Amino acid sequence: MITRFLWQGMTRTLRLFVLLVLAVGILVPLSNLLLPPDNPFRTPSWVLQLMGKYLCYASLALAVDLVWGFCGILTLGHAAFFALGGYCMGMYLMRQIGTRGVYGNPLLPDFMVFLNYKELPWFWHGFDSFWFAAPMIVLVPSVLALAIGWFAFRSRVTGVYLSIITQAMTFALLLAFFRNDMGLGGNNGLTDFKDILGYSVQSDTTRAVLCFVSALVLAIFLVISAAVVGSRFGKALTAVRDAESRMRFLGYRVERYKLFVFVLSAAMAGIAGALYVPQVGIINPSEFSPGNSIEAVLWVAVGGRGTLIGPVIGAFIVNFGKTWLTGALPEVWLFALGALFIVVTLLLPKGVVGLWNQLRNRSRERQARAVA
Amino acid sequence: MLRLRPLSVLLSVLVSLALAGTALAADLTALVGNLTSGGLSERERAINALAASGEERAAPILEALAAGQLYVRISDKLAVIGKADGNKLALTEAISGKPAGSAVEADLERVRVNNRLRGTIEAAVGSLTLMSPNSSVRRSAADALFKRRDATALPALDQALAAEKDPRVRRAMSEARAAIVLTTADSPPAQKLAAITLLRDRGDRDSLGILNTAAAASDGEVKTAAAAAAGAIEQTLAAWQMAQNVWYGISLGSVLLLAAIGLAITFGTMGVINMAHGEMVMLGAYTTFVVQEVIRTSAPHLFDVSLAIALPLAFVVSGAIGILIERTIIRFLYGRPLDTLLATWGLSLVLQQAVRSIFGSSNREVGAPSWMSGAFQLGQLNITYGRLWIVVFALIVFASLILLLRKTPLGLYMRAVTQNRPMAAAVGIRTPRVDALTFGLGSGIAGLAGVALSQIDNVSPNLGQGYIIDSFMVVVFGGVGNLFGTLIAALTLGVVNKFLEPFAGAVLGKILVLVFIILFIQRRPRGLFALKGRSVE
Repeated sequence: MITRFLWQGMTRTLRLFVLLVLAVGILVPLSNLLLPPDNPFRTPSWVLQLMGKYLCYASLALAVDLVWGFCGILTLGHAAFFALGGYCMGMYLMRQIGTRGVYGNPLLPDFMVFLNYKELPWFWHGFDSFWFAAPMIVLVPSVLALAIGWFAFRSRVTGVYLSIITQAMTFALLLAFFRNDMGLGGNNGLTDFKDILGYSVQSDTTRAVLCFVSALVLAIFLVISAAVVGSRFGKALTAVRDAESRMRFLGYRVERYKLFVFVLSAAMAGIAGALYVPQVGIINPSEFSPGNSIEAVLWVAVGGRGTLIGPVIGAFIVNFGKTWLTGALPEVWLFALGALFIVVTLLLPKGVVGLWNQLRNRSRERQARAVA
Repeated sequence: MLRLRPLSVLLSVLVSLALAGTALAADLTALVGNLTSGGLSERERAINALAASGEERAAPILEALAAGQLYVRISDKLAVIGKADGNKLALTEAISGKPAGSAVEADLERVRVNNRLRGTIEAAVGSLTLMSPNSSVRRSAADALFKRRDATALPALDQALAAEKDPRVRRAMSEARAAIVLTTADSPPAQKLAAITLLRDRGDRDSLGILNTAAAASDGEVKTAAAAAAGAIEQTLAAWQMAQNVWYGISLGSVLLLAAIGLAITFGTMGVINMAHGEMVMLGAYTTFVVQEVIRTSAPHLFDVSLAIALPLAFVVSGAIGILIERTIIRFLYGRPLDTLLATWGLSLVLQQAVRSIFGSSNREVGAPSWMSGAFQLGQLNITYGRLWIVVFALIVFASLILLLRKTPLGLYMRAVTQNRPMAAAVGIRTPRVDALTFGLGSGIAGLAGVALSQIDNVSPNLGQGYIIDSFMVVVFGGVGNLFGTLIAALTLGVVNKFLEPFAGAVLGKILVLVFIILFIQRRPRGLFALKGRSVE
C-alpha cells in the first residue's frame, strides 16, 4: 500500500526516470559480468566504476537539491556530510583488513602502527561490524546536521549567513581531519581496503553489485524525495522557500520544516558517501574541502534546482565533462568549470531541465498555433 | 688666540697619549720577557702582572699562551705567536703584532703551560678585557662573565667595577658579579641578598635560572629571597609573553583586516558574496611579483622602492578587473546574493587557472626590500620590521578608506546607493556607475592587500583560497556593512587565535575559532555591530 502511495505521488516523467535509473543500474553491471570481453556491448570495468561514482554524486546532488531547491537553504557544506558517511564506511573497511596490512597488526590499522598508537581509539570500537557501521553512516551526518540546524534555524540564521556557517563547518572539519591526532589517518586518510562483507572490493562482481546498489539507492532517494516534496509538508516547505516570514506569521513553525529536511538531506548525503568510498577505494580529508560542496551545488544548478530529475542529470553532465576534460585537456577543465558556474547562473537559472521545459512549451505553443 | 686654544689642547693630549703609549710598550716587553723565561711559578706571577697591567695588547698574547701558540724564536729570543700554515708556522711578533716571517717548529721553543696555569690565564684574559679602554669590549666581557659565572674572575671583576665609569657597563659588571656571588656557595649571605635584588631587577630568563638554582642550593633568608625574586621574574616574564602574544595577535589581525577590508565593501555594503575576492588579493601579489621581476632585470637600484611602485599598480590592476567583473557579470545578479556566490566562485576558478597558465603553478619569489627585513627588541618583545610595516599599512588603508567614504563625493554617493537605491537614483546619482566604482574600490583594496601579503605568504595561484573563508568570517563576525566592526573583528580574531595557539596548537586553535564564530552567529545573526533601522533588509 505504501508502495502504491509512493508510486502515485510521482509524476509520469519521474516514474519513467526512476525506471531508467534502475534499468541502468541493472543492465550496466550485468553487461560487464555476463558478456565476454570481446563483445562490443560489454561495459568495460572502468566505465562500471565511473558509473558507480556518478550515481553516488547524483545522490549527493539530490540531497543538496532537497534543501536548496525546495527549501531555499543554500548549503555550502554538504560534502562534509558525504565525507562523514564515507569515513564511517572507511572505518568499517579498515577494520576488515585485519592482519593483511603492511605491518600485519591484527588490532591496529597500518597508519596507527606507524603513528605509534598503542590501542584502538574509543570511537573505532564497534566498526569491525557492518551492522554497527551501517547505522553510524546515517547517524553521524544526521546528528551533526541536527546540531548545526537546530542552532541555526532556531536563531533564524538565513541566506548568506547560513551558507557561510555551513562553509565554516566543512572547513573546520577539513582542518580537524588533517590532524594526525584525530585518529583517522591524517592527510592520507583511510585506504588500502580489502573486503566488504567478506567480498573483495577489487573484484568485478563486487564492483557490479556496488554499482547496482548505488543505482537502487538513488532510485529510492528519488521516490522518497518525491513523496516529501509532493506531500502537504512539501508544499509548506516550498512556501518557506518563497516567503519565509509570511509562513511564520501564518503560524507555521518554520524552523521545524527546515530542520527536518536538512537532517534528511544530510542522512542521504552520508549514505551516498558510504557507497562512494568502497568504489573509489580511498577517503581522505580533501573530501571536506569547501570547493567540493560548492561543486555539488553547481551540479544542482546545472541540472535545474527545484526539480528532482535535474540534480541527477546535472551531476552526470558535470562529472562526465570533468572526467573527459581532465583527461583530454587538463588546463581547460577549471576554465570550463568556472565558465559553467557563470553561464548557468547568468543564462540558465533553471538549469538544463528548465531549458528543456521552455523549449518544449514553445514548440507546443507553435503546434497549437499551427492547429488553430 | 681663541681659535688656537682648542688646537693646543688637542696637541698636548696627543703628545701625552703618545708618551703613555711608549711607556706601556716598554712595560709590556718586560712583562712578556718574564713570561717566556723562568719556571712555571714565575710564569704565573708574570701572567698576573700582565693581567694587572690592564694592557689591551696583552690579551691576544695570553690567549696564544693558553692555546700553546706562544713561542720564543731560538735565533733572536723574540717572543712570537705561531699559527699553523701548511708545514710551517706563520709568525707574528707577540708585542707589536707585526708579521715576522715563518719558521719550522724546530727553530722555535714553545712556552709551556699546564692546566693550573690555563685557569690563571683564562681569568687574566677575562680581567684584561674587563679593563679594556673600549666600553663595548668591557660590556661584552661582563656579559660573558655573567653567562660563565667563573668564581676566579671575581677579584678582577671587583677591580674593574671600582674603576668603571660608564653606568651601563657598570650595571652589566655588577650583574655579572651578582651572578658569580650567588652561584658561589661560600659567599656571605648579605652579599647574596644584594645579588638577588640586582638579578630580580635584571629580570630575564638567565637571571631566573640563576635564582632558581640559588633557591635550591641555599637555605634560610637567602632561599626565601631567591624564591621570591624568581617568582617576581616569572610574573614579569609571563607579562612579556602575554605582550608578545598580543603583538602576534595584532599582527595576524592586521593581515586579516587587510584581506577582509575589501570584502567588507563588496560583501558588506553591496551585498555581493564575492567568492573571487581572494583572487583579487592574489592578483595584487602577482602584480608585485611582476614589478619586482622588471626591476630586477632593468633597474636593480630601484628594488627598495619596488613595493611603493607595486601598490598603485596592484590597486589599478585588481580594481580594473573588479570593474570589468561588475559590468559583465555581477550587475545582472543584484538581489540574488546566492547566485552571485556561485558566479563569483566560478570566476575565482577561472582567474586561478588563468594565473596558473601564465605564471605556472609553483610558488613565485617575492623579495623583501631592505627596510622591511630585520627585527628589533622592545623590552623583551621581538618585533620584525616586516610585520610592523604590515600593521601600519593595514591601519593606513583602513583610515584612508574611512576618509574616502565619509569625506569625498564618491563616498557620499556610495553610502547613498547602499542605503536607499531608488531614492539615490531619484536625486540623480548614476547608480550603475557607483556600483561599478564601489566594486572596483573593494577589489582594488584587495589588490593592495595582495602587495602586503606577498611579503609573508607564498605567491601561488592558491594564495587567495587561503584567505577567503577567514575574510568572510571577519566580515560576518564584525557585522555586515560596518567597517569599524570589521576592524575590531579582525583584531579580536587575530589575538584570540594567537592566545589559543600555545594551549591548543595552531590547527586546533583555528578550528576552535571557527566553531566559536559558528556559535556566535547563532547568538547574534547580524554580527558584533549589527546595522539597525531601515537599511536592514
